[in-house]
Amino acid sequence: MADSPPIRFELRRGVVTAAPLAVAVGLFGVSFGVLAVTTAGFAAPAAVLMSMTTFAGSAQFAAASVMAAGGQTTAAIAAALLLNARYVPIGVSVARYLSGNSAVRFLKGQLVVDESWAIAARGDGSFNPGRLLGAGLLLWIAWVGGTVIGVLGGEALGNPAVLGLDAAFPALFLALLVGQLRSRRATTAAVLGAAIALSLVGFTPPGVPIVAAAAAALIGLVRR
Amino acid sequence: MSEAWLVVLAVGAGTMVIKAAGPVVMGGRPLPPDVSGVVALLAPALLAALVATATLAQGSALVVDARLIGLGAAAVALLLRAPVLAVVIVAALAAGAARALGVAP
Repeated sequence: MADSPPIRFELRRGVVTAAPLAVAVGLFGVSFGVLAVTTAGFAAPAAVLMSMTTFAGSAQFAAASVMAAGGQTTAAIAAALLLNARYVPIGVSVARYLSGNSAVRFLKGQLVVDESWAIAARGDGSFNPGRLLGAGLLLWIAWVGGTVIGVLGGEALGNPAVLGLDAAFPALFLALLVGQLRSRRATTAAVLGAAIALSLVGFTPPGVPIVAAAAAALIGLVRR
Repeated sequence: MSEAWLVVLAVGAGTMVIKAAGPVVMGGRPLPPDVSGVVALLAPALLAALVATATLAQGSALVVDARLIGLGAAAVALLLRAPVLAVVIVAALAAGAARALGVAP
Protein backbone atom coordinates (compact mmCIF):
# COMPACT_ATOMS: atom_id res chain seq x y z
CA MET A 1 0.00 0.00 0.00
CA ALA A 2 3.07 2.27 -0.06
CA ASP A 3 2.29 3.50 -3.55
CA SER A 4 -1.06 5.19 -3.96
CA PRO A 5 -2.30 5.20 -7.59
CA PRO A 6 -1.22 8.84 -8.30
CA ILE A 7 2.39 8.09 -7.26
CA ARG A 8 2.50 4.97 -9.43
CA PHE A 9 1.14 7.08 -12.26
CA GLU A 10 3.81 9.74 -11.77
CA LEU A 11 6.54 7.10 -11.55
CA ARG A 12 5.41 5.78 -14.90
CA ARG A 13 5.26 9.32 -16.33
CA GLY A 14 8.86 9.79 -15.21
CA VAL A 15 9.95 6.59 -16.94
CA VAL A 16 8.13 7.51 -20.16
CA THR A 17 9.49 11.07 -20.22
CA ALA A 18 13.04 9.84 -19.59
CA ALA A 19 12.92 7.08 -22.22
CA PRO A 20 14.44 9.11 -25.12
CA LEU A 21 17.10 10.46 -22.75
CA ALA A 22 17.81 6.93 -21.51
CA VAL A 23 18.92 5.94 -25.01
CA ALA A 24 21.43 8.81 -25.07
CA VAL A 25 22.57 8.09 -21.49
CA GLY A 26 23.01 4.41 -22.33
CA LEU A 27 25.21 5.24 -25.34
CA PHE A 28 27.12 7.71 -23.15
CA GLY A 29 27.64 4.82 -20.70
CA VAL A 30 29.01 2.71 -23.53
CA SER A 31 31.64 5.37 -24.26
CA PHE A 32 32.57 5.55 -20.55
CA GLY A 33 33.01 1.78 -20.42
CA VAL A 34 35.19 1.76 -23.54
CA LEU A 35 37.42 4.64 -22.42
CA ALA A 36 37.73 3.43 -18.81
CA VAL A 37 39.15 0.03 -19.78
CA THR A 38 41.14 1.06 -22.88
CA THR A 39 42.76 4.36 -21.81
CA ALA A 40 42.45 4.72 -18.02
CA GLY A 41 43.50 1.21 -16.98
CA PHE A 42 40.28 0.44 -15.06
CA ALA A 43 39.42 -3.23 -14.54
CA ALA A 44 36.01 -4.00 -16.08
CA PRO A 45 34.29 -4.57 -12.67
CA ALA A 46 35.79 -1.30 -11.37
CA ALA A 47 34.30 0.67 -14.28
CA VAL A 48 30.87 -0.92 -13.72
CA LEU A 49 31.01 -0.36 -9.94
CA MET A 50 31.85 3.28 -10.58
CA SER A 51 28.77 3.72 -12.77
CA MET A 52 26.60 1.99 -10.13
CA THR A 53 27.80 4.17 -7.24
CA THR A 54 28.90 7.48 -8.76
CA PHE A 55 26.22 7.65 -11.48
CA ALA A 56 27.52 10.98 -12.83
CA GLY A 57 29.01 11.12 -16.32
CA SER A 58 31.20 14.21 -16.14
CA ALA A 59 32.85 13.17 -12.86
CA GLN A 60 33.50 9.63 -14.07
CA PHE A 61 35.02 10.87 -17.33
CA ALA A 62 37.13 13.40 -15.41
CA ALA A 63 38.55 10.70 -13.14
CA ALA A 64 39.22 8.40 -16.10
CA SER A 65 40.85 11.24 -18.07
CA VAL A 66 43.23 12.13 -15.21
CA MET A 67 44.17 8.46 -14.79
CA ALA A 68 44.63 8.09 -18.56
CA ALA A 69 47.04 11.05 -18.50
CA GLY A 70 49.09 9.35 -15.78
CA GLY A 71 47.87 11.78 -13.12
CA GLN A 72 47.85 11.34 -9.38
CA THR A 73 45.11 9.35 -7.67
CA THR A 74 44.32 12.23 -5.33
CA ALA A 75 43.97 14.65 -8.26
CA ALA A 76 41.59 12.26 -10.04
CA ILE A 77 39.42 11.93 -6.91
CA ALA A 78 39.43 15.67 -6.16
CA ALA A 79 38.54 16.65 -9.74
CA ALA A 80 35.61 14.19 -9.82
CA LEU A 81 34.21 15.25 -6.43
CA LEU A 82 34.52 18.96 -7.26
CA LEU A 83 32.49 18.32 -10.42
CA ASN A 84 29.85 16.58 -8.32
CA ALA A 85 29.68 19.41 -5.79
CA ARG A 86 26.76 20.78 -7.85
CA TYR A 87 24.68 17.92 -6.44
CA VAL A 88 24.65 19.58 -3.01
CA PRO A 89 22.42 22.51 -4.12
CA ILE A 90 20.50 20.22 -6.50
CA GLY A 91 19.86 17.80 -3.61
CA VAL A 92 18.78 20.67 -1.37
CA SER A 93 16.28 21.86 -3.99
CA VAL A 94 14.45 18.51 -4.06
CA ALA A 95 14.86 17.57 -0.37
CA ARG A 96 11.39 18.77 0.69
CA TYR A 97 9.72 16.49 -1.86
CA LEU A 98 11.47 13.23 -0.89
CA SER A 99 9.57 11.32 1.81
CA GLY A 100 10.62 8.43 4.04
CA ASN A 101 13.17 7.87 6.79
CA SER A 102 16.85 8.79 6.46
CA ALA A 103 17.84 5.53 4.74
CA VAL A 104 15.05 5.84 2.18
CA ARG A 105 15.87 9.50 1.51
CA PHE A 106 19.55 8.53 1.15
CA LEU A 107 18.63 6.03 -1.58
CA LYS A 108 16.19 8.39 -3.29
CA GLY A 109 18.91 11.05 -3.30
CA GLN A 110 21.11 8.74 -5.39
CA LEU A 111 18.58 8.90 -8.23
CA VAL A 112 18.81 12.67 -8.47
CA VAL A 113 20.94 13.45 -11.54
CA ASP A 114 20.87 16.43 -13.91
CA GLU A 115 18.36 14.81 -16.26
CA SER A 116 15.92 13.38 -13.70
CA TRP A 117 16.01 16.69 -11.83
CA ALA A 118 15.08 18.55 -15.01
CA ILE A 119 12.25 16.11 -15.77
CA ALA A 120 10.81 16.45 -12.25
CA ALA A 121 10.91 20.26 -12.19
CA ARG A 122 7.39 21.70 -12.24
CA GLY A 123 8.76 25.08 -13.35
CA ASP A 124 7.74 26.94 -10.19
CA GLY A 125 10.61 25.74 -7.98
CA SER A 126 8.77 22.62 -6.84
CA PHE A 127 9.44 19.02 -7.90
CA ASN A 128 7.34 15.94 -8.63
CA PRO A 129 8.91 13.11 -6.56
CA GLY A 130 7.30 10.28 -8.56
CA ARG A 131 8.67 11.57 -11.84
CA LEU A 132 12.07 12.20 -10.27
CA LEU A 133 12.37 8.61 -9.07
CA GLY A 134 10.89 7.01 -12.21
CA ALA A 135 13.22 8.97 -14.48
CA GLY A 136 16.23 8.47 -12.17
CA LEU A 137 15.70 4.71 -11.97
CA LEU A 138 15.45 4.28 -15.75
CA LEU A 139 18.51 6.48 -16.34
CA TRP A 140 20.52 4.50 -13.73
CA ILE A 141 19.67 1.22 -15.49
CA ALA A 142 20.64 2.75 -18.87
CA TRP A 143 23.91 4.18 -17.51
CA VAL A 144 25.01 0.97 -15.80
CA GLY A 145 23.83 -1.24 -18.70
CA GLY A 146 25.66 0.96 -21.21
CA THR A 147 28.83 0.76 -19.13
CA VAL A 148 28.66 -3.06 -19.08
CA ILE A 149 28.36 -3.13 -22.89
CA GLY A 150 31.20 -0.60 -23.16
CA VAL A 151 33.69 -2.52 -21.00
CA LEU A 152 32.94 -5.71 -22.90
CA GLY A 153 33.42 -3.94 -26.26
CA GLY A 154 36.40 -1.92 -25.03
CA GLU A 155 38.35 -4.98 -24.05
CA ALA A 156 38.07 -6.14 -27.68
CA LEU A 157 39.52 -2.85 -29.03
CA GLY A 158 43.19 -2.19 -29.78
CA ASN A 159 45.68 0.69 -29.42
CA PRO A 160 43.66 3.79 -28.47
CA ALA A 161 46.02 6.32 -30.07
CA VAL A 162 45.71 4.63 -33.48
CA LEU A 163 41.93 4.67 -33.20
CA GLY A 164 41.91 8.32 -32.17
CA LEU A 165 40.27 7.49 -28.84
CA ASP A 166 42.51 10.02 -27.05
CA ALA A 167 40.52 12.70 -28.91
CA ALA A 168 37.30 11.34 -27.40
CA PHE A 169 37.93 12.89 -23.95
CA PRO A 170 38.24 16.53 -25.10
CA ALA A 171 35.19 16.06 -27.35
CA LEU A 172 33.14 14.69 -24.45
CA PHE A 173 34.16 17.47 -22.09
CA LEU A 174 33.37 20.08 -24.76
CA ALA A 175 29.87 18.61 -25.20
CA LEU A 176 29.29 18.70 -21.42
CA LEU A 177 30.76 22.22 -21.14
CA VAL A 178 28.43 23.66 -23.79
CA GLY A 179 25.45 22.59 -21.64
CA GLN A 180 26.91 24.49 -18.67
CA LEU A 181 27.43 27.87 -20.35
CA ARG A 182 24.07 29.29 -19.32
CA SER A 183 25.30 32.71 -18.14
CA ARG A 184 28.04 35.24 -18.81
CA ARG A 185 29.49 34.36 -15.42
CA ALA A 186 29.69 30.66 -16.29
CA THR A 187 31.52 31.54 -19.52
CA THR A 188 33.99 33.74 -17.63
CA ALA A 189 34.61 30.94 -15.12
CA ALA A 190 35.19 28.51 -18.01
CA VAL A 191 37.74 30.76 -19.75
CA LEU A 192 39.49 31.43 -16.44
CA GLY A 193 39.49 27.72 -15.53
CA ALA A 194 41.05 26.73 -18.85
CA ALA A 195 43.69 29.46 -18.50
CA ILE A 196 44.62 28.38 -14.95
CA ALA A 197 44.90 24.74 -16.03
CA LEU A 198 47.02 25.41 -19.12
CA SER A 199 49.38 27.73 -17.23
CA LEU A 200 50.09 24.98 -14.66
CA VAL A 201 50.63 22.06 -17.06
CA GLY A 202 54.42 22.44 -17.19
CA PHE A 203 54.84 22.82 -13.44
CA THR A 204 52.60 20.27 -11.70
CA PRO A 205 51.84 16.53 -12.08
CA PRO A 206 48.93 15.70 -14.45
CA GLY A 207 45.53 16.22 -12.81
CA VAL A 208 46.61 19.02 -10.49
CA PRO A 209 45.93 21.77 -13.10
CA ILE A 210 42.30 20.59 -13.29
CA VAL A 211 41.82 20.72 -9.52
CA ALA A 212 43.46 24.17 -9.40
CA ALA A 213 41.03 25.41 -12.07
CA ALA A 214 38.28 25.14 -9.42
CA ALA A 215 39.65 28.45 -8.07
CA ALA A 216 38.02 30.13 -11.09
CA ALA A 217 34.63 29.45 -9.43
CA LEU A 218 35.54 31.97 -6.72
CA ILE A 219 34.38 34.74 -9.08
CA GLY A 220 30.95 33.62 -7.84
CA LEU A 221 31.74 35.59 -4.65
CA VAL A 222 31.90 38.88 -6.55
CA ARG A 223 28.74 40.90 -6.05
CA ARG A 224 26.98 41.82 -9.25
CA MET B 1 44.65 -2.36 -4.33
CA SER B 2 45.32 -0.68 -7.68
CA GLU B 3 45.08 3.10 -8.06
CA ALA B 4 42.07 2.74 -10.34
CA TRP B 5 40.14 0.80 -7.66
CA LEU B 6 41.03 3.45 -5.09
CA VAL B 7 39.64 6.17 -7.38
CA VAL B 8 36.46 4.15 -8.02
CA LEU B 9 35.78 3.54 -4.31
CA ALA B 10 36.63 7.08 -3.16
CA VAL B 11 34.67 8.86 -5.91
CA GLY B 12 31.72 6.47 -5.50
CA ALA B 13 31.51 6.89 -1.72
CA GLY B 14 32.13 10.64 -1.91
CA THR B 15 29.46 11.18 -4.56
CA MET B 16 26.87 9.14 -2.65
CA VAL B 17 27.45 11.34 0.40
CA ILE B 18 27.27 14.52 -1.73
CA LYS B 19 23.99 13.43 -3.33
CA ALA B 20 22.49 12.47 0.03
CA ALA B 21 23.57 15.68 1.78
CA GLY B 22 20.53 17.66 0.66
CA PRO B 23 17.81 15.03 1.19
CA VAL B 24 19.16 13.59 4.47
CA VAL B 25 21.06 16.34 6.30
CA MET B 26 19.97 19.72 4.95
CA GLY B 27 16.24 18.97 4.74
CA GLY B 28 14.75 21.86 2.79
CA ARG B 29 17.04 24.57 4.17
CA PRO B 30 18.65 26.64 1.38
CA LEU B 31 22.43 27.05 1.05
CA PRO B 32 24.04 30.42 1.79
CA PRO B 33 24.00 32.48 -1.46
CA ASP B 34 27.81 32.79 -1.55
CA VAL B 35 28.19 29.01 -1.40
CA SER B 36 25.65 28.31 -4.15
CA GLY B 37 27.18 31.07 -6.29
CA VAL B 38 30.61 29.40 -6.18
CA VAL B 39 29.29 25.83 -6.52
CA ALA B 40 27.33 26.77 -9.65
CA LEU B 41 30.56 27.84 -11.36
CA LEU B 42 32.61 24.73 -10.44
CA ALA B 43 31.28 22.61 -13.32
CA PRO B 44 32.00 25.13 -16.13
CA ALA B 45 35.46 25.95 -14.68
CA LEU B 46 36.49 22.30 -14.33
CA LEU B 47 34.99 21.12 -17.62
CA ALA B 48 36.82 23.91 -19.50
CA ALA B 49 40.05 22.92 -17.74
CA LEU B 50 39.42 19.31 -18.79
CA VAL B 51 38.83 20.33 -22.42
CA ALA B 52 42.06 22.35 -22.43
CA THR B 53 44.31 19.75 -20.76
CA ALA B 54 42.82 16.71 -22.49
CA THR B 55 43.47 18.45 -25.83
CA LEU B 56 46.89 20.02 -25.27
CA ALA B 57 48.68 18.39 -22.32
CA GLN B 58 50.96 15.42 -22.82
CA GLY B 59 52.42 14.51 -19.42
CA SER B 60 53.89 17.82 -18.24
CA ALA B 61 54.27 19.38 -21.68
CA LEU B 62 51.89 21.25 -23.97
CA VAL B 63 51.78 19.73 -27.44
CA VAL B 64 49.65 20.36 -30.51
CA ASP B 65 48.70 17.07 -32.18
CA ALA B 66 45.80 15.26 -33.81
CA ARG B 67 43.66 15.73 -30.66
CA LEU B 68 43.20 19.41 -31.64
CA ILE B 69 41.85 18.32 -35.04
CA GLY B 70 39.50 15.96 -33.19
CA LEU B 71 38.30 18.81 -30.96
CA GLY B 72 37.65 21.00 -34.01
CA ALA B 73 35.57 18.23 -35.56
CA ALA B 74 33.68 17.87 -32.28
CA ALA B 75 32.91 21.60 -32.23
CA VAL B 76 31.47 21.40 -35.75
CA ALA B 77 29.38 18.35 -34.77
CA LEU B 78 28.06 20.24 -31.71
CA LEU B 79 27.12 23.23 -33.86
CA LEU B 80 25.15 20.82 -36.04
CA ARG B 81 23.37 19.66 -32.85
CA ALA B 82 24.69 16.10 -33.11
CA PRO B 83 24.07 13.81 -30.09
CA VAL B 84 26.97 13.38 -27.64
CA LEU B 85 27.97 9.91 -28.83
CA ALA B 86 28.12 11.11 -32.45
CA VAL B 87 30.27 14.08 -31.35
CA VAL B 88 32.72 11.71 -29.65
CA ILE B 89 32.89 9.30 -32.59
CA VAL B 90 33.42 12.16 -35.07
CA ALA B 91 36.30 13.49 -32.93
CA ALA B 92 37.97 10.07 -32.67
CA LEU B 93 37.58 9.43 -36.40
CA ALA B 94 38.97 12.87 -37.32
CA ALA B 95 42.00 12.44 -35.06
CA GLY B 96 42.56 8.89 -36.29
CA ALA B 97 42.30 10.03 -39.92
CA ALA B 98 44.72 12.93 -39.35
CA ARG B 99 47.26 10.45 -37.97
CA ALA B 100 46.70 7.90 -40.72
CA LEU B 101 47.21 10.60 -43.38
CA GLY B 102 50.31 11.98 -41.63
CA VAL B 103 48.69 15.42 -41.16
CA ALA B 104 49.37 15.49 -37.41
CA PRO B 105 51.22 13.33 -34.87
